[in-house]
Amino acid sequence: MAAIDQPAKGTRIEVTDGALLPIKSERGILNSWRVTFVFSIVMLAILFFFYEEPYSQIVFVVAKGIPITFSVTVFAILGSIFIGLFAGLGQISRLRIVNLIAGVYIELIRGIPLLVQLIFIYYALGRFFKIEGTIAAIIALSICYGAYMGEIFRAGIQSIPKGQMEAALALGLSRGQAMRLVILPQTVKIILPAIGNEFIAMLKDSSLVSVIALRDILRRGREYIARTFLSLETMAIVALVYLVITLVLSKLVAILEDRMKTSET
Amino acid sequence: MKPRIRIEEAVKNFGHVQALKGASLEVQPGEVVLIIGPSGSGKSTLLRSVNRLERLSSGHIWIDDDRVTGPKADIRRIREEVGMVFQSFNLFPHLKVLDNISLGPRNVKRTAKAAAEEKSRALLKKVGLSDKEQAWPEQLSGGQQQRVAIARALAMEPKVMLFDEPTSALDPEMIKEVLDVMLALAQEGMTMLVVSHEMGFARAAADKVVFMDEGQIVEVGPPDQLFSSPTEERTQRFLKHIL
Repeated sequence: MAAIDQPAKGTRIEVTDGALLPIKSERGILNSWRVTFVFSIVMLAILFFFYEEPYSQIVFVVAKGIPITFSVTVFAILGSIFIGLFAGLGQISRLRIVNLIAGVYIELIRGIPLLVQLIFIYYALGRFFKIEGTIAAIIALSICYGAYMGEIFRAGIQSIPKGQMEAALALGLSRGQAMRLVILPQTVKIILPAIGNEFIAMLKDSSLVSVIALRDILRRGREYIARTFLSLETMAIVALVYLVITLVLSKLVAILEDRMKTSET
Repeated sequence: MKPRIRIEEAVKNFGHVQALKGASLEVQPGEVVLIIGPSGSGKSTLLRSVNRLERLSSGHIWIDDDRVTGPKADIRRIREEVGMVFQSFNLFPHLKVLDNISLGPRNVKRTAKAAAEEKSRALLKKVGLSDKEQAWPEQLSGGQQQRVAIARALAMEPKVMLFDEPTSALDPEMIKEVLDVMLALAQEGMTMLVVSHEMGFARAAADKVVFMDEGQIVEVGPPDQLFSSPTEERTQRFLKHIL
């Protein structure tokens, strides 16, 4: 006989890059999100108001990178959703060759470190096309994240009960129509939190692109260090700025997830 | 008369398991045929083969002059004419009741929105749910969902309706409301193939009852005869269990 307290077959341990999974003991006022958030805000405030030299200046310099970081992330996430949709559909296609192409793309991307990919795609794009650095960075991030997005789409589509496709086909809809009108609208709702988490992960990973092209948060900081040699001070602010942004976003995703759970019941 | 549905020597293999072992059946226009049998006897597989949700391993199925099983069959056009109702309703949860019903006509028949919705309202009235057109499926009871599902299938103006255990997932008090709708449909002359063990419905509406066991059609007869004096021993044994 199988032991009863064994986890059920197919149980997955989900560790996401965005919002932490809720834990029961985290319900009180003193949860880890609040502690981290208050800590980072207080730290920023103290440094900004009580140590004007050099911190307030660093904050201003680094903050100039925030719009860049956000715009690159927003465009790249849209790009990766577009690519991911096709990668996901490709994986579940009934054409073997399409499966293979989508599968190879995903394996390839997931097997290479992100930084290596980004630099490679950036230089490859630069060699063959005349495009601006920011655009190249957005394309590179889209391609990298498209693979993960593809897996999210595939899992989302496959989580829709089989009866939905059957009911749509039985009405005389084509497979494409059934996908577009019945399956995908339901999928999008399910994968929205996952996309939110990808957004957070990408916002952090976009700092990698600063190595080559973008004058984002990290790049501004590094430029400042090059001028002043205040490396520790600058990187402390850079880290805090990322932290505050990420914490706010992960809270939003958690709220989104929560709301979807309650709407289901 | 030419049969509306003709199934010839239907065989279906799932890996090493043979779900259908050469079943043949004819359903005349306007006939209501009930399929009964133990679970795993292949009755749902047979039903689902009629609109090719399952592809037969061998054998043929015709609906009027269209061969469903042919390699060049225009399966989408055939499915337009074959409505299907599922055990688990399978309403589209992201669409309101009215949009569930009008989705098919609007996207398959390209009916204009206003016309499709007018038709959908008429069908909702027919299944007694006029006040629910703006409801979400999850707000409805099981019986109401199944009635919407019937309306959704009827919106395509099918000439055949398939029912795959339409009342099996329902609480007892909701079964009647669904059977009443099916009964009305039968009286209008709809050709119906129904997998169900509802004896009351069989007696009231069925022209023929088919008993299936182990992928084969064991016995076919009018409901009264098949229920009260089955000729085959397997039928007798099965009926003893469920009556």
